[in-house]
Amino acid sequence: MQGEASRSKLFTRRTIMLGGAQTLLLAALAGRMYQLQVLESDSYKTLADDNRINMQLLPPPRGRIFDRFGQPLAVNQLNYRLVIVPEQSGDLERALSALSDLLPIETRDRERILREARRKRKFVPITVRENLTWEEVSRIEVNAPDLPGTMIDVGQTRHYLAGRETAHVIGYVGAVSEKELEGDPVLGLPGFRIGKNGAEKTFEKALRGKAGSRQVEVNAFGRIIRELRRDEGQPGDDHILSIDMGLQEYANARIQDKSSAAVVIDVHSGELLAMVSAPSFNPNSFTTGISHTEWNALMANERFPLTNKAISGQYSPGSTFKMVVALAALDGGIINAHQKFFCPGFIELGNRRFHCWKRGGHGHMNMNSAITQSCDVYFYEVSKRIGVNAIAAMARRFGLGEKLGIELPSERKGLVPTRDWKLAVHGVPWQKGETLVVGIGHGFLLTTPLQLAVMTARIANGGIAVLPKLVRETQRSGQRLPDTREPFPSMGLSAAHLAIVQKGMNDVTNYPRGTAFSARIEEPGMAMAGKTGSVQVKRITKAERESGVRKNEDRPWKDRDHALFVGYAPVEAPRYAISVIVEHGGGGSKSAAPVARDILREVQRRDPARRGPGENIVLDGAAV
Amino acid sequence: MATQDSFDSSQPGMSLLKRVFQINLVLVVLICLPALVGFAMLYSAAGGEMEPWAARQIVRFGVGLVIMFTVALVDIRFWIKSAYFIYAGAFVLLVGVELMGDSAMGAQRWVDIGPLQLQPSEIMKIALVIALARYFHTVGSEDIKRITVLIPPLLLILAPAALVLRQPDLGTAVLLALSGTMMLFLAGLRLWKLGVALVALLGAIPVAWQFLRGYQKARILTFIDPESDPLGAGYHILQSKIAFGSGGMFGKGFLGGTQSHLNFLPEKQTDFIFTMLAEEFGLVGGIALLLLYFALMAYGTIISLRCNSQFGRMLGMGIITTFFLYVFINMAMVMGLVPVVGVPLPLISYGGSSMLTLLFGFGLVLNIYIHRDIQIGRRQHNTST
Repeated sequence: MQGEASRSKLFTRRTIMLGGAQTLLLAALAGRMYQLQVLESDSYKTLADDNRINMQLLPPPRGRIFDRFGQPLAVNQLNYRLVIVPEQSGDLERALSALSDLLPIETRDRERILREARRKRKFVPITVRENLTWEEVSRIEVNAPDLPGTMIDVGQTRHYLAGRETAHVIGYVGAVSEKELEGDPVLGLPGFRIGKNGAEKTFEKALRGKAGSRQVEVNAFGRIIRELRRDEGQPGDDHILSIDMGLQEYANARIQDKSSAAVVIDVHSGELLAMVSAPSFNPNSFTTGISHTEWNALMANERFPLTNKAISGQYSPGSTFKMVVALAALDGGIINAHQKFFCPGFIELGNRRFHCWKRGGHGHMNMNSAITQSCDVYFYEVSKRIGVNAIAAMARRFGLGEKLGIELPSERKGLVPTRDWKLAVHGVPWQKGETLVVGIGHGFLLTTPLQLAVMTARIANGGIAVLPKLVRETQRSGQRLPDTREPFPSMGLSAAHLAIVQKGMNDVTNYPRGTAFSARIEEPGMAMAGKTGSVQVKRITKAERESGVRKNEDRPWKDRDHALFVGYAPVEAPRYAISVIVEHGGGGSKSAAPVARDILREVQRRDPARRGPGENIVLDGAAV
Repeated sequence: MATQDSFDSSQPGMSLLKRVFQINLVLVVLICLPALVGFAMLYSAAGGEMEPWAARQIVRFGVGLVIMFTVALVDIRFWIKSAYFIYAGAFVLLVGVELMGDSAMGAQRWVDIGPLQLQPSEIMKIALVIALARYFHTVGSEDIKRITVLIPPLLLILAPAALVLRQPDLGTAVLLALSGTMMLFLAGLRLWKLGVALVALLGAIPVAWQFLRGYQKARILTFIDPESDPLGAGYHILQSKIAFGSGGMFGKGFLGGTQSHLNFLPEKQTDFIFTMLAEEFGLVGGIALLLLYFALMAYGTIISLRCNSQFGRMLGMGIITTFFLYVFINMAMVMGLVPVVGVPLPLISYGGSSMLTLLFGFGLVLNIYIHRDIQIGRRQHNTST
């Protein structure tokens, strides 16, 4: 019994020790609770809110693009996407094979989905396929109960209604690259597209609008429980271009089988009514992700379909430059319009011979007949007397050799050479012979079709320094935004001098000896004035000249001359100016002038200028 | 007094009615209160619904109470006599799980007996306490000084702990080892011998580490620095601490816990239910529950101390100690003080096995209160006539 009593005492002692220790440990728990819930409570409260409230960006609908009459050119289409959430779908491979009974899933897509599923968190939706047809959507919706974790998600895809006909003007949108990820957080949204070319790129900021946002309460799986706050951003501004889609279509059809470009401009407002470049490409291929074969085909094409030749193509203007030389001469007062030069078919300078395009020569030429018949020798003589710097100065007054500020990326500025330029760039002094070559629009001289159209417009409008523009008006939520552009200044040219040049251009098409008489417009009141140009791509050697110059048609395509034509109409009250280049088209009168004639006749029939800049356009629907 | 040495010779059994009147109602109330808190929390965990947890938990608690009273009313001498059989039975079941058990949550813990799913590791928790209580009841205060006395209880503790660890169930293994060690301490083992036992246990740690699965190792490693991997294994601990902290002094109100209801909390109805309680009722609610547990344990301790037999005392304190370990490990775990090992909050967490185990245990505590004055001999049978 004594053993039992001492055992009881020992037990009691040990129990009290153990109980004490346990009480201390429980007190420690209470202390920890105090630390977490009182001392550090604030920082955990913030973390809890972060957990719960999720900020989501709402991508703004992209601003639409219309032609001058309100015809939609670039719109947003609803894009039905099939997405799958691995967390809910169970075994992903099995889910995908169940899906493939309903709509085909390529092996490549399947691999991409599985790869993304490994990288992303389980609740992040993965796109299975985009651009589902309505039939596919309904097939999936009907079977939805058997397809856990799959959802139809509605996004927006840019769609270009005119496709390749406006591809160079409007450009296209594409996925945001690493480099473009500046500032705006909306760029980081999956599937967000930004302008990559054309007006889409130039007006990117305005077209994009401002992203809205919403705060949602989410659970740990990222699933939305409810919406707390919503801020609808600002849809992108709608842009109304100066382009007349009917004319654009016509011009496209007229040049599409060539490697060519054409620009039609309103000589008073500078509005571009058509700007086409052939061959073209399908911009809709880019919005959904272009295939490798299509991309490679575009890149390998020697006619450069992706280049907008109207602003990025630089060509010697050839004889279309002769008006500038004539005006430089008249403006400098060095020669007058009646002064005659004799054309024997060539001119000699030192020991070099400079040929006229007409081997037998034109005989005695004054300014009018020299323009009409495009006599090279006359302009050699004139250039020799006025010098290259005077020519360059006049060229610059017509907007050559500089960017005209058209609202498109990748505009080139061409080249107007001077004595100083040659010395600075090439390190050798200017040669006198080079002045003669520039005098007929060859040599170092480079211009874009847009520059030639603007040059022609400035001649036609009586010397107003008009500048080209592509956008007529911008509307934000249906409200017209103010236009801050200023009226164009005068070039300060004498009206009499301009009249001489205009008369010459009129005779090119309407006088039987004119180089483009066969391409005249015969409809009353629509007559056009113009100037042909042919640019040698390959130098004619002496041997070739002696053995007889081969005709363009006999040469390989790449060696044929570029054909150019600039013109305006109607001659009585000029309204529309045009420039056309047909690469390797042979002579200007033969292949460029008929194109220009047809387009100028079409623009006068349509008369897009009837919608003046002051008139408001009401666009239908919101930018959705 | 030869008869006194036998387990069942000294006193006649009490009548059933007398035993029923001896049921300690204070203890019963102290057991029911946390269970009621548990029902409320399970109702909240389901977003204000009785299904799927609260209703089933109530049914289980009812079944548990029946078992508790049954255990309480059985003569205490039945328990000491069958102590080793119970232990042996539990051990066989544990081995059975090893051989043919089903896997749940990546851990092999269940054995199917018809429609009943049995968790032998839970039975073992009680069986170990009973077996150790009997062992130290039979060892006299003189014998306890012998070093060899240590060997059987250490085997009793380590064998099931190792088996449980293999399943793998780190929480239960730790619980078995710790409750066993504490009973050695209560039995009056010299502290240096306890030191030897402790060294033996520590020596087992590297061996035990081999048994651990990758996820268990990860839990222990991330416990050291949970913020280093907030989306990986440290996620649970971090989210739990956020829930605590954002609950503040008074909590977000019943059904108002955002962390819990938005599923940031893992296993909110089982292991992390205390976190939800702390988020919804704040520090005040947490401390209140802690005090409730403390009252239950203190009262259980008093009952144990008042018991006349060593078996009863050891049994009572063994159960109370096990209960304490449940409470401490669970709470320390959800507050980021110890690694997440998967120990439920007693009487509150959803789950049948632990509920039944605990109520079985409290049945034994009630039992030793009823039989507090019964003297029990040291040996199984009369040695002299």
